[in-house]
Amino acid sequence: MNIVVCVKQVPDTATERKLRSDDKTLDRDAADGVVNELDEYAVEEALRLKEAHGGEVTVLTMGPDKASDTIRKALAMGADKAVHLVDDALHGSDALGTSHALAQTLKKIGFDLVVLGSESTDARTGVLAAMLAERLNVPQLTFANKVEVNGSAITIQRVTDYGYDRVEASLPAVVSVVEKINEPRYPSFKGIMAAKKKPVEKLGVADAEIDAAQVGLANAWSEVTDFAAAPPRAAGTIVKDEGDGGAKAADFLASKKFI
Amino acid sequence: MSEVLVLVEHVEGQVKKVTLELLTLARKLGAPSAVWAGPGYSAEAKAKLAEYGAEKIYVADSADIADYVVAPKAELLAQLVSSASPAAVLVAATAEAKEIAGRLAIKIDSGVLTDAVGIGEGLVADQSIFGGGVNVQSRVTKGTPIIAVRPNATPVEAAAGAGAEEQVSVAVSDAAKVAKVVERVKEEKGARPELTEAAIVVSGGRGVGSAENFSIIEKLADSLGAAVGASRAATDAGWYPHQFQVGQTGKTVSPQLYIAAGISGAIQHRAGMQTAKTIVAINKDPEAPIFELADYGVVGDLNQVVPQLTEEISKRK
Repeated sequence: MNIVVCVKQVPDTATERKLRSDDKTLDRDAADGVVNELDEYAVEEALRLKEAHGGEVTVLTMGPDKASDTIRKALAMGADKAVHLVDDALHGSDALGTSHALAQTLKKIGFDLVVLGSESTDARTGVLAAMLAERLNVPQLTFANKVEVNGSAITIQRVTDYGYDRVEASLPAVVSVVEKINEPRYPSFKGIMAAKKKPVEKLGVADAEIDAAQVGLANAWSEVTDFAAAPPRAAGTIVKDEGDGGAKAADFLASKKFI
Repeated sequence: MSEVLVLVEHVEGQVKKVTLELLTLARKLGAPSAVWAGPGYSAEAKAKLAEYGAEKIYVADSADIADYVVAPKAELLAQLVSSASPAAVLVAATAEAKEIAGRLAIKIDSGVLTDAVGIGEGLVADQSIFGGGVNVQSRVTKGTPIIAVRPNATPVEAAAGAGAEEQVSVAVSDAAKVAKVVERVKEEKGARPELTEAAIVVSGGRGVGSAENFSIIEKLADSLGAAVGASRAATDAGWYPHQFQVGQTGKTVSPQLYIAAGISGAIQHRAGMQTAKTIVAINKDPEAPIFELADYGVVGDLNQVVPQLTEEISKRK
């Protein structure tokens, strides 16, 4: 099985995340880049499927040069090779542009299964997997907390508000995973060393046959018109429990008409 | 006045509150047209949608639409956008509706904005990003704006609309029938409101200490008619199911009141609750970062404070 796992480098949530004042895109220099957490579950799921069914796991990342750190981590976990989609023309692409660029690349490199996290911790749109399924015209198997492959048949549990839906389809398909589908492995020392020798192919917009008119900030379907740091919340009242803390909290709720 | 399409969220034939919020919002932007997709439509649902301002109600209630993941609903909306030329399409910012919005955006070559907390003049959307740290205004620049609006962001107001019903026949394409829902499994959740829709959320964290002890969180929630949430520490420990996790890799909530008990307030948690209108925190550590957000905080043992609060609420009802 030819599995491609899409991985995104995102700013570390623990550092201050900002937008650039010049073009209102994410300031990638202001924060440390880390692997999008939900994509680590995607890498783990891809590796487990490969271990069970054979085949190969390819990491696909779209991002600037420094996103190569993210590729190395996925390779160190055990992926076989990587494709790094890197081109200045891609800077500022919105979800529509990003899905076009990734879909074109996926068509070029080929796949039986695409796996990715259900959303990124920076943009949090949660639409990319659905968009890839639409553009690639393959089944959308998203928000999975369980994936089973049997020959060319694939079944997932799709998490819903009321529990889950069991969804059936045939490969090729796009799967997105939620947290707790598995426990991502830590790269071993051996894995980290081996990752340095694994092939990473760099592709630009022209190489992947991406339509340059559909990517980049200037061609996005939406724009940020303004932004500002959220005003800090006004300091609240903090009391120490002297045996009446619950009653005092009730007084506060009553003063706000919640009870 | 142009139509504004509102995709109705419904469960077991009942219209969900977020749809009433979207209809209230849509009235400011044009003539609201509710779009009912999937089985369960009834006279009661029709009356509810009209009561909150739906001038038209498009009904596509064949089973086909709900039997396959997302794609048929995107096809239905694309068909309606083409026939009605609306000023905008509004959906709830739920996981599934955002996916519908995403596929629709590609079909009709239009921009999509997710997790709006308000929509102003010129269809400019307000968004709260980076865990509530930055407020952004954005707008769609190509096609028919598709905007996913967060539940609880808009106060609901009734204002009757004509509610003219229009049956829509949709031939779901073969391409949209490739991911088939073969079983729907409902997990027990009792009578509590849904987490993202609830006006009040009571969450427990590491300080709760055990799965059994979550019963004190549930009792407080029930005294307020609230939903129960949990921090990642609590779900990682297996004390409460993951679907109730509030935070960056779980649900984002914006209730009127959020009560955090035994939650330190790590950034990963704050990202999921920072936009709550009023925040109350109970934690034994006076240095816990959750107190920086709290409108009211009690430094103390939640095993004492929470049951006392529950008792006081019951007494004062």
